[in-house]
Amino acid sequence: MAGTAVDTMPTMPPSALTDPPNGVEATDVLWDETVAGGGYTQLAVATGTRLRLVDVAGDSCAGLLVHRFGRTAERLNVADTVKVQWQAYPGTGSLLLSDMGRVIASVRSAPTGCIDAFCGTSNLRGNEARYGDGAADGPSPNGRDLFAVALGKRGMGRRDVAPNVNLFKQVRVAPDGALELTHRGVPGAEALLVAEMDIIVTIVNVPHPLDERTDYSVTPLRVTAWTGTPTPADDPIRTATPEAERAFLNTAAELAMNELLGGTR
Amino acid sequence: MTTVDRELGTQAMTGTIVRDDIIRARAPWSAVVAAGEVLRLIDLGGNQAIDCLLYSADDPVERYSAPDTFVAQGNVYLTAGTVLRTTEGRPLMTILDSTCARHDTLGGACSKESNTLRYGHHTYDQHACVENFVQEHLRHDLGKRDITSNINWFMNVPVEQDGTLGIVDGISAPGLWVDVRAELDTLVIISNCPQINNPCNGFDPTPVRAVVRRPS
Repeated sequence: MAGTAVDTMPTMPPSALTDPPNGVEATDVLWDETVAGGGYTQLAVATGTRLRLVDVAGDSCAGLLVHRFGRTAERLNVADTVKVQWQAYPGTGSLLLSDMGRVIASVRSAPTGCIDAFCGTSNLRGNEARYGDGAADGPSPNGRDLFAVALGKRGMGRRDVAPNVNLFKQVRVAPDGALELTHRGVPGAEALLVAEMDIIVTIVNVPHPLDERTDYSVTPLRVTAWTGTPTPADDPIRTATPEAERAFLNTAAELAMNELLGGTR
Repeated sequence: MTTVDRELGTQAMTGTIVRDDIIRARAPWSAVVAAGEVLRLIDLGGNQAIDCLLYSADDPVERYSAPDTFVAQGNVYLTAGTVLRTTEGRPLMTILDSTCARHDTLGGACSKESNTLRYGHHTYDQHACVENFVQEHLRHDLGKRDITSNINWFMNVPVEQDGTLGIVDGISAPGLWVDVRAELDTLVIISNCPQINNPCNGFDPTPVRAVVRRPS
């Protein structure tokens, strides 16, 4: 079996990937994986690490949770993310905020309008109703149980499965509050994130919970990470708004204290 | 004992009053509302946001989920008829009726930390909802990891066409109320919001009233 290649698997060693992102040396690549529809992956990455997600065939849906590495009670807070930035539709230039008033990751580029901060992920009950099965070990796994398994392997549990964001699906809110899934994705669409703290990124690739198709339609997702430097003080993303400026000030103060503690490890 | 409370306006509450509490301004509160019982929250002073988290009392790992509620009803606003869902998609509580047109569950809870982002570091010492939540959670063997996207009763957070989202002037008024029926035994944890930097409390936090009744 050794040496068998399939479409959805990690590249090993990661630096062996044959098509590194533009401007990236293969030797700087920390992780490269194509995640199957119905699968998940999880990376623990240091501050400054770049994380690229690619909707390879145009129908992936990347549910994303972010926890602080080593101090996992601090995590992505979707409500604070949209409230503090006065914007329910995050996109290029948006910050992902933790529940401690810090920037946990930044969105350097994303397909326009394709980050959903409303709908979370699927659950067992919903998948049973739509697909006839929703078990994590079945043909149409639900996102919540995949998140729980991934976090469980890090010593966390179901309490740590907070509301997530979804990449590569567009959700819009009508004036009366009605939600609509309005976009089906573009093959090759990319999103680029930067870790602004040492973080654990957990990604499930499952159909969007508002996706009414009954055939569990979801295509592979490519996840590539490479080394990078922490965001410098004069980076435009830090100075774009007063809220961003203060969030990065909080982050910098915490990282400085953390360094004296010997890192989050 | 069947009670009709005349102070509560035209929509009298019938049935047995299980508890009737005034939650003072800025304070936390919690109670288990048994399946079938109805919790009425009354905005006594008007424009007072009540931040609220809900847990299955039997298994608090299963808890209120704003996303699962959105998906099930296909809408982001909480109104009469909204079924508040758990993380597993099960009905936890149902909004039976409300004299306030709608309620929010997008805006989250204020915290000392997020206040520094929204208003500046001079607000760091001010009291905030997450302080109340942690205090109340610890009484129930829960903690910060259990704080998730909450409900904001009587708060108005419209989503504009371009995604602009802000906490705007309240749509509530003195004496408005919401009735919520427990479908499962539900641990209700409340922070009577102490925020003074935006209009959610009319810049003046006030007491609210929480009444639990068992319908006859």
